[in-house]
Amino acid sequence: MPIWNPRIETMPRVDLEQLQLERLQVIANRVWERVPSYRRKFEEMGLMPEHIRSVEDLRLLPFTVKDDLRRGYPYDLFAVPLREVVRIHASSGTTGQPTVGGYTKNDLRHWRELTARVLSAGGVTKDDVIQIAFNYGLLTDAFGMHQGAEEIGASVIPVSARTAEQQIAIMRDFRTTALVGTPSYGLQIAEALEEQQVPRSSLHLRWGLFGAEPWAETVRQTVQDKLGISATDNYGICEVMGPGVSGECEEHKCGLHISEDHFLCEIVDPDTGEALPPGQVGELVITTLTKEALPVVRYRTGDLTSLDPAPCPCGRTLARMARVFHRTDDMLIVGGVKVFPSQIAAALSETAGLEPHYQVIIDREGATDTIEVQVEVSAGLLTGDVRLLMQTQNQLRQRLETDLGVPVEVRFVEPRTLGRASERSQRIIDRRK
Amino acid sequence: MLVVTSVVTYYGSVQALKGVSLHVDQGEIVALIGANGAGKTTTLHTISGLLAPRRGRVEFEGRSIGGRPPERIVRAGVSQVPEGRQVFGALAVRDNLLLGAYQVRWREKRTHLHQQLERVYEMFPVLRERARQAAGTLSGGEQQMLAIGRALMGRPKLLLLDEPSLGLAPRMARTIFDAIPGFRQAGLTVLLVEQNARAALQIADRAYVMETGRIVMEGPAQELANQPEVQRAYLGRGYREVWER
Repeated sequence: MPIWNPRIETMPRVDLEQLQLERLQVIANRVWERVPSYRRKFEEMGLMPEHIRSVEDLRLLPFTVKDDLRRGYPYDLFAVPLREVVRIHASSGTTGQPTVGGYTKNDLRHWRELTARVLSAGGVTKDDVIQIAFNYGLLTDAFGMHQGAEEIGASVIPVSARTAEQQIAIMRDFRTTALVGTPSYGLQIAEALEEQQVPRSSLHLRWGLFGAEPWAETVRQTVQDKLGISATDNYGICEVMGPGVSGECEEHKCGLHISEDHFLCEIVDPDTGEALPPGQVGELVITTLTKEALPVVRYRTGDLTSLDPAPCPCGRTLARMARVFHRTDDMLIVGGVKVFPSQIAAALSETAGLEPHYQVIIDREGATDTIEVQVEVSAGLLTGDVRLLMQTQNQLRQRLETDLGVPVEVRFVEPRTLGRASERSQRIIDRRK
Repeated sequence: MLVVTSVVTYYGSVQALKGVSLHVDQGEIVALIGANGAGKTTTLHTISGLLAPRRGRVEFEGRSIGGRPPERIVRAGVSQVPEGRQVFGALAVRDNLLLGAYQVRWREKRTHLHQQLERVYEMFPVLRERARQAAGTLSGGEQQMLAIGRALMGRPKLLLLDEPSLGLAPRMARTIFDAIPGFRQAGLTVLLVEQNARAALQIADRAYVMETGRIVMEGPAQELANQPEVQRAYLGRGYREVWER
């Protein structure tokens, strides 16, 4: 698998760290000089850019959180005049004010190089035909991957989001070899392929590059088997740039290689903000090292992962981050144990006879936290053999207790008795507050 | 080859460098650009040993040279061509050049000197013409060539060039700049300090921009040359435009 930029991607770590230090100092100088809100933060802390003498001194710098970016809407965080910003993207803003991303010509050039690295690691070369199934628009995913694909010289088809059938028709007719999109979309297409009984031989797919949402290894297996591809995970968030922050190497798929010459990554304890050593899971914090229009210092991504700086068998020396499955705002603490709603959802989805509607009620009795999972059962299970019903309930309870590590009560309810929720967070009722 | 890490240098009580970090890899031409007083020459002096850093590290080929005596640093292979030429006016051109090899060991001396002299004369033919003339009678551009030639006589690995075009007529400056990429072929690595950002960015691989003792930009020379900020501040373009959002 060709490494897109061997000089950087296989650089000895001591040289990489010098490069990171130089760039970190430049960013500290620039935000202090150019971005009033950062200048204010620094001054409040009695901090000056020259206090940054080593990469470790990153810890002296203040964090940036989503609200900081929201408060800067739209252009207050730009470090260059607007006329130098040649591209403007924005996040979807489903959970509040959207955050704006700005890019100078150089920023776009870097972005192209970075997504080219990710695509290359995922198997793509200039001989590939790439179908971009992200929606083209304000979100960064489509354009980000598109530019990188062009940089590589592949044939790029900017399909955008369409029905699975339309995607399949294009894949067949245009002889697509690489599919780029979200994993749920990949799964949808894989399942549509099966339903329509489209023979795999009519397709030329080899690679799938999926990102923008967490996805389980089981989903990877399914998508790989059904589409006949090698599927890799890639990561990026619009607050620091977009896709291209990190990506798996197709040969080993053992972590996502981070482009550390452009992004300085740390793992911190989500509660205390203290830096955690390599290998420990915590919140990913990203500092942009080369962004001109919108440099970001220690952005709390809310994504939980760990870092591994050891070199990969693929030859890359860039540190790897573990795949992201959970977010900090997902997480609940029940009885001192970290519990993720996604674990509950996973257990439920893998239990037969249940409807996809549930509620999780967290309460406290005296000094003990309790969890009760209420889930609708299918009419068939409810009116069928009572022993089967009891068995399902017990098995589910055992499964949940094993997965979560805390005692769980399971209550089966009739179909259509629970409220309908569109977001996972609405299903979690925490009565302890 | 050269790694400078968070160097802080003072002139008496005045802090001239506020944590400067840069590196030069073997075979590169790296430019350090910035306005007058930004700290560019101070950076070179800290590397060549004329100044000692108060904090931070300077490493050459893996060994620490920060704070070492200049003659040791020269022997390690770092040679500085000072700002303003500073040739020995009363001495002949040839003697100026020979002096540049003063620290070369006796065994190699004779053959080495002859070879190096030839190389310098090839690079700057006018020096051969004026070999016996007093250096003080040369024009500004010729003196600059002499200063560079003198530094090359010691067969340095890293050449520190301090404002080679300063005070030179454009045509002379052009001649000097045209010669620099050729140094790479001779196995030299170059760190070039220049107020003439346009010319420096044309010949450099990478560049750093300094402002008041700090590095505020770095990257491939081409990228910096295309940066509107650099263009405005150092390439004289659009100076009338107003900062706006």
